[in-house]
Amino acid sequence: MSDTPTRIPLQSPLGRVRGLGSAKQGSHHWWIQRVNSVAMVPLMLWFIISVATMGGKEHAEVVAWIGHPLNATLLLLSIGLAFQHAASGMQVVIEDYTRSEMVRMAMILAVKAACALFGVLAAVAVLKIAI
Amino acid sequence: MVGRRTDGTRVRRPLSPHLQVYDMMQITSGLSIANRATGIAWTVGLLFLVWWLVAAAAGPRAFATAQWFFSSFLGILMLFGMTAVAWFHTLGGIRHLMWDAGYGYDLPTTYRTGRAVLIGTAVLTVLTWLIVIIAWG
Repeated sequence: MSDTPTRIPLQSPLGRVRGLGSAKQGSHHWWIQRVNSVAMVPLMLWFIISVATMGGKEHAEVVAWIGHPLNATLLLLSIGLAFQHAASGMQVVIEDYTRSEMVRMAMILAVKAACALFGVLAAVAVLKIAI
Repeated sequence: MVGRRTDGTRVRRPLSPHLQVYDMMQITSGLSIANRATGIAWTVGLLFLVWWLVAAAAGPRAFATAQWFFSSFLGILMLFGMTAVAWFHTLGGIRHLMWDAGYGYDLPTTYRTGRAVLIGTAVLTVLTWLIVIIAWG
């Protein structure tokens, strides 16, 4: 790569940082991921322990458990946060290892579409039982 | 990757992470890679959660099919793996949040928290399956 300037920047370095930098989104994606993670810590503790007690249970018992308002609420929160967390985590992985802009964009959109699809599907299943 | 410096000159930058440069079997890099791997594994594992919920909503027959898979040898092996993955990523995530808050960057602390994540994952996975066995029995 040549070191000759190919364009004269009209933006100061400070302005570039304030203008959300090269990632175009500043720290927003990073911050949302942290907020999401903090919320998921207690939810995951509840989820793992709860599902562990579901082992070998009959259909009627499992449906009764999912249908309890408190369990349904926590399940919906877990599903929403888990798929949002998965989508943004996978996005970072794809951004790190993909070179071509088109491939990267296509993969990120595919992951987001899959996460939206399966997240809503899981939520509909919980709501169908609970309501 | 070709990027630009703030003065507009072009610069060739490597893609992160630099896979060839580091010894990846250290506890620091090993756990970092494992945190990513477990995150990806959980993304796939979520599909089994969706299956379980949809089967429960669809009725006893669909649920019996899901239950048959989850209580098969392969299913239990997969669920056991997912339990370890879930605990590792949760504990590793707490470790990352601690770093994000600005604590624990020095090497002795990093090694200590890293070992804590590994031991915690093993202990909590076994405890979780004790609950499974007691609930099942």
